[in-house]
Amino acid sequence: MTGRGVPSLGKDLVGIEFLSADQIRAILDTAEPFREISERRIKKVPVLRGKTIVNLFLEPSTRTRISFEFAEKRLSADTVNIAAAGSSVQKGETLVDTARNLEAMRIDMVVVRHWASGAARFLAERIASNVINAGDGAHEHPTQALLDMMTLRNHLGDLAGKRVCIVGDILHSRVARSNIWGLLKLGAEVGVCAPRTLLPSGIESLGVQIFPRIEEAIEWAHALNVLRLQLERMEGGFIPSLREYNRFYGVTQARLARAPREVLILHPGPMNRGVEIDSDVADGPHSVILEQVTNGVAVRMAVLYLLAGGVPEGAEAAKRGEGTGG
Amino acid sequence: MDPEDVRRTLSRMAREVVERCGGTRSLAFMGIRRRGVELADRLRQAVESEEGVQIPWGILDITLYRDDLQEVGMLPLVGESQLPAGGVDGRVVVLVDDVVHTGRTIRAALNELMDWGRPARILLCALVERQGRELPIQPDIVGQHVELLPGQRVEVLVPEEDGRLAVEITSAGSGFRVSLGGAGG
Repeated sequence: MTGRGVPSLGKDLVGIEFLSADQIRAILDTAEPFREISERRIKKVPVLRGKTIVNLFLEPSTRTRISFEFAEKRLSADTVNIAAAGSSVQKGETLVDTARNLEAMRIDMVVVRHWASGAARFLAERIASNVINAGDGAHEHPTQALLDMMTLRNHLGDLAGKRVCIVGDILHSRVARSNIWGLLKLGAEVGVCAPRTLLPSGIESLGVQIFPRIEEAIEWAHALNVLRLQLERMEGGFIPSLREYNRFYGVTQARLARAPREVLILHPGPMNRGVEIDSDVADGPHSVILEQVTNGVAVRMAVLYLLAGGVPEGAEAAKRGEGTGG
Repeated sequence: MDPEDVRRTLSRMAREVVERCGGTRSLAFMGIRRRGVELADRLRQAVESEEGVQIPWGILDITLYRDDLQEVGMLPLVGESQLPAGGVDGRVVVLVDDVVHTGRTIRAALNELMDWGRPARILLCALVERQGRELPIQPDIVGQHVELLPGQRVEVLVPEEDGRLAVEITSAGSGFRVSLGGAGG
């Protein structure tokens, strides 16, 4: 049992940008066996028993919060949920004060979702607990990218040389950013497809190809990751109308039928059916959207396990030379 | 022990399993990752060919049940556990590991098995038993008992992991290996 370890992630998971390819692979490899735990009759293992985790969600989220909560509970951690509404955040308490108060109650980890880009790093640098970024502004959403990569890998095998196109609102999307960094690190080719108004300027410098037309993207890609058109962020007049967006950028069965190969369809949810994706595609044979949700719990279990067990560098080396040895 | 010794010992252990259980009814073999898996496989095949039956099998990965995760320097890789076909409820589970030493691995394996269901009985088989128990856990069927000097350790080698089948005693530092001789018992 000695000698076969996984590379450490350090104290926090703030983003994909600063992870190495080996660290990403370690998370994905660790996530595979965790998937089986959710299939058991008793869906629980004791590995995080006695750890206290706070889910600090200062921006609305259903899927991610629930997914984290399931992951935490299936590893036997104790969890507390805090939302902006109804907490002292509404009374003007700063993020750091909130976190320090939580730490004073002896917590071990914070999972944070925040509307401001950089909030997770800001917090990670100021508290001793492990911090996991569950989405910060338009910056990163690392666990979403990890579950996307896990799903892609399960279907396409090694991602080196595979072509993945991210379609839709890249401008506001932390999912896009995390995916681009992660996929490139694993050797995949990455494309983006969106109206120019929904692409951040200078996106080419990340090393991605731009497809102005969805038809070209479909012809090129092994997989499409279709992003939600963030209706709540659309006041700025980025697109003329939802109908027009669907006409030009919607992923439809008719368009997929002309592809030279089967194209895998991913979507981080929640979907706007009939806007960025048509129902028959979302429910079609090449859609892996619900698998993404299943994998999300496994990937988050893996991240929690790796961070909670992550011994600070140089601290306690293996105490027993022999491990448990039987 | 050279490959022949190990084979003889395993076939004796297989016969003991059947004898102890009065047959093969509701038997299931479960190996503990990593080296227990292949040993469980060999024991099961020995019983199957001797008795002309098919016996369900499974795999236990106890990583998530370990009590020392905070102390080991590097996190161990998590492997997949696999339930025997039909589950463990009401079964006589033959739990197989390579070496029983502190008893902590077995404690973890028992906890995991209990989370899977309610076996009628659990029988513990170990190819090697050595002193140094830290918990009140004893194997039911043992291949060979070894006494070790301080600094020595015993290793079970299996083909899938190590390329060969053997039991060896190594001394820390010297790298000196002694092959355990003789048919055990």
